[in-house]
Amino acid sequence: MRPIEHFPLFARILHWLMAAMILVMLFIGIIMVSTVEPAYHRLIDLHRPLGICILLLAVVRLVNRLLMRIPPLPETLPPALRLAARTSHIVLYALMIAMPLVGWGMLSAEAYPVVMWSDFALPPILPHDPTLFAILRGLHTWLALTLFGAVLVHLAAALMHGLLLRDDVLPSMTGGRRHRAVDDPAS
Amino acid sequence: MMALIRQRLAERGGWLRLAATCAVPGLLALAFVLAAGWLTPGRLTSGTFMRTFQMVDGPHPGFRRNHAKGICVTGWFDGSGEAAQLSRAALFTRERSPVVGRFALAGGMPFQDDTPEKVRSLALRIMPTHSGEWRMGLNNIPVFPVRNAADFNDFLLASRPDPQTHRPDVARITAFVARHPETQRALALLKARKLTSGFANDTYNSLDSFTFVNARGTSIPVRWAMIPEQQAFPAAAQGAGRDYLFDDLIDVLARMPLRWHLVVTVGGAGDVTADPTVPWPAGRRQVDAGTLTLVRAESEDGGPCKGITYDPLILPGGIAPSDDPIPAARSVVYARSFVLRSGEPETTSAISRAAIRSGDQ
Repeated sequence: MRPIEHFPLFARILHWLMAAMILVMLFIGIIMVSTVEPAYHRLIDLHRPLGICILLLAVVRLVNRLLMRIPPLPETLPPALRLAARTSHIVLYALMIAMPLVGWGMLSAEAYPVVMWSDFALPPILPHDPTLFAILRGLHTWLALTLFGAVLVHLAAALMHGLLLRDDVLPSMTGGRRHRAVDDPAS
Repeated sequence: MMALIRQRLAERGGWLRLAATCAVPGLLALAFVLAAGWLTPGRLTSGTFMRTFQMVDGPHPGFRRNHAKGICVTGWFDGSGEAAQLSRAALFTRERSPVVGRFALAGGMPFQDDTPEKVRSLALRIMPTHSGEWRMGLNNIPVFPVRNAADFNDFLLASRPDPQTHRPDVARITAFVARHPETQRALALLKARKLTSGFANDTYNSLDSFTFVNARGTSIPVRWAMIPEQQAFPAAAQGAGRDYLFDDLIDVLARMPLRWHLVVTVGGAGDVTADPTVPWPAGRRQVDAGTLTLVRAESEDGGPCKGITYDPLILPGGIAPSDDPIPAARSVVYARSFVLRSGEPETTSAISRAAIRSGDQ
């Protein structure tokens, strides 16, 4: 049996780093908007620079994704699931890039400084326009909920491959080895 | 594929593996729902305050949910350099920063009548050319009536007008104050304040405590006030007209610039920062950080302050929050109010553009 084809190390590092960042970011976001406690300002001070970090890494990751050869999905996977996998990855990449941009644009339209730390703020990317702000603010919430949903589906699919089907999909990203029971045709 | 799944489920522990596959995303979703407060609708959020303001003041789409009746002003702030040793914020050096401000009356009624005892506010956005901006909302009262966001919500609800009499229910307010001796003390200080004749000669206080951090990294607790250069005349009886406070301000700004000194008070040992109902003792060190000059009044309709949220947590480097819980609550509630009013139809405010033009003549 041929060995598992892993994602390149750089892609794996990007994937797990961003997975943690995006999950933290989604939780910061939802806690932030549903509290009036002093934690609010610490969360929002973290939310902005973390969002911009995700944007930068997402661009690097997209370029990397287009340049690298990715391990193929198992041949046993039906076409419907192949399509679902492909679509969900496009959605994830699109949202990783769109979410921070909508956030940045929304603060711009709100005339809020896009503070990264202390006195360093990013320039606005949209004109000061309250009506535009109201639209983008709503969009930011809906995209966040969509992203969280996409993350859950992605996680469920990964676990289905890793725990149930025990094929090469999960190890290709964890860098792990194939399950012994599957490795050994005699079992 | 389905055959493979069936085969895997038939293996030892197969169902357990399926359970784990579903449980991990399920638990994550549950954590998210809990964090969002969707299972705890009683949790105090910015939405609670939106509902409270609507209950107390009625629906006023397009307007700020609090301090709804107001007017835009513009001018500049000249740092004196004297506060530069306390905070490294660039606007405290001897430089001039443009200002967009707003005078308003507290309360969510955009067409309420002006009266001498209503709480007046001055909100400011100071924009130094090359560094972080500073936003603040100051009031002409010496202390804030409540300690935290939850108490403020209860206080607003206790003071809401009775639907029959349209006046606050005294019994409800008495009951709230009985439970909150700090509010009783604060309201006594509010009542004892000297009412001046108008916006132009009033003193506006930060109420909340913040932290100044200087270039050496030393932090000190501060509160501050805008002290008028204009002579403070005592308030006469009610002025002429429903908008007399605003009309007077428009008149005087058409004739001359108005100036205030930003006086920073440095907290001493034992001064309370976490509770804005408690005043700091007299005799604390005070520093004249600079002069605010206002030169022009404009209606909010199309005016430069209309689209601005005076979020007290928009702070430059060198100014930081303290353990006072109120600024964070104001920040999140103002932000929510801005989302709502920005999505609502355009409005005409009480102090319209026509009112300002007549004042200019």
